[in-house]
Amino acid sequence: MMRAWLSQHGYVLLFTLKQLIAKPVTNICSILVMGIALSLPVGAYTLIENLHALSGQVADMPQMSLFVKTDANSQDIANIKQKLESDEQIIDFQYIPKETALQQLQQSSGLANIAHHLGHNPLPDAFVVHTQKNTAQVLEQLRTDMQNWPEIEFVQFDSDWIERLNAILDLSRAVMFMLSILLSIAIIAIMFNTIRLQILTKRDEIEISKLIGATDSFIQRPFLYFGTIQGLAGGFVAWSIMIISVNTMNHKLIDLTQLYNSDFQLHYLSLADSISLLFFSAWLGWLGARISVASHLWQIEAK
Amino acid sequence: MITFKNVSKRYPDGFVALNNANLDIATGEMVFLTGHSGAGKSTLLKLIATIEHPSSGIIAINGQNIAQLKPAAIPYLRRKIGFIFQDHKLLFDRSAFDNVLLPLQISGFDSQSMAARVRAALDKVGLLKKEKSMPVALSGGERQRLCIARAIVHRPMILIADEPTGNLDVEYARDIMTLFNSFNQVGVTVLISTHDASLLEDTQHRILTLKQGKLAA
Repeated sequence: MMRAWLSQHGYVLLFTLKQLIAKPVTNICSILVMGIALSLPVGAYTLIENLHALSGQVADMPQMSLFVKTDANSQDIANIKQKLESDEQIIDFQYIPKETALQQLQQSSGLANIAHHLGHNPLPDAFVVHTQKNTAQVLEQLRTDMQNWPEIEFVQFDSDWIERLNAILDLSRAVMFMLSILLSIAIIAIMFNTIRLQILTKRDEIEISKLIGATDSFIQRPFLYFGTIQGLAGGFVAWSIMIISVNTMNHKLIDLTQLYNSDFQLHYLSLADSISLLFFSAWLGWLGARISVASHLWQIEAK
Repeated sequence: MITFKNVSKRYPDGFVALNNANLDIATGEMVFLTGHSGAGKSTLLKLIATIEHPSSGIIAINGQNIAQLKPAAIPYLRRKIGFIFQDHKLLFDRSAFDNVLLPLQISGFDSQSMAARVRAALDKVGLLKKEKSMPVALSGGERQRLCIARAIVHRPMILIADEPTGNLDVEYARDIMTLFNSFNQVGVTVLISTHDASLLEDTQHRILTLKQGKLAA
């Protein structure tokens, strides 16, 4: 019984694959259409995940820069250090004397000469402060407090842009979600139509099969297999497009990131996400076929 | 095996194909059904295979009232019947072998025994050498025999043939009758409709005549 069941499914699978090979151009075209349609939300998702990971690295620890007044003396610096140490919200801080800042500036950019020509060091002493993660309101309060210290010229909230990026990412996610839904519907519609045409061309076979005792599930099976396999193939195309794009972009990124002295690289879709993508696209194909079969097969009655 | 009790069939256009027909065919019996064309022979055969449904009355196969069959149960009833269609209903996109294979795939035989059964059925009707031929390449008589092979390959309890010798010359027709006799001899219940009087001349079997929707023995 089990063997018969397996051989039935094996046969249908083989039959479906043969069918796919029999009309390579048509089938490759519809697989490509599905793959490209899917690759848009997949690409957007990959990009968003990458940016999110990037912002996550930085945002884990909110960072502020404290610029000391230029006329501050070593007593003032010591005062600031003491105040920073006693503040519970501050995890750690780093003191950057103006000489170090100037050195860094000279090393890291083509500005060395300009600094030389200035004759004196224009930079202030500074502190880079990491605070505990907290709401924007609390952090803003902290910033204002420190801004009011007499030795401080200016406090800059370095992770401001993270907030904005995250807001943009949230918006992009919503857009991507809408895009995914629309394109998923498009894929279901494509599959619906493909299967409708197949059912029309196989009218005789379906009618005769019904006459000699085929169950509905027997008749539906090849169409559902076809839809699922095409969906799966479409998902694989989308996945390949994503891999190729990330690969290409990473090559270009190397040039860019070297300039910024960073080793930032775009990540590929994770294994779990890749598997989800394949399952989802196979499911879309199956669903389109299922709806098509349900709405067309009953019209063919044995006579 | 097959029982009709007061069965009527009225088509939507008002045509009455069967009018209070009664019928009783025993297991292992071979019966001919005659009547001029349009007398309702095809309708009667289709009612047995639940291709048509009666307007009233009871049709029982093996004691089961098939008018009350759930749609999901109909395929399993049809598998007990080998139906030889008047218009053959062969699939022209596949070989003779694959045409005969179809009922076995539908019934879910395992693939090893399938090929052997298909060849046995083709051998029985004398088409073993033509297993790779496409139906278009076969003559009328060969197509008829292919249709018979497809009807018997899954060893049904009941064999129903609708005008099986319709367009064949006498020689071919006799061959085919011999085939049906041989199936009957191994216990299959056989029901054959025909308007060909020459087939019935020297038969030992029961002949039912349909006239204006009524059956007469």
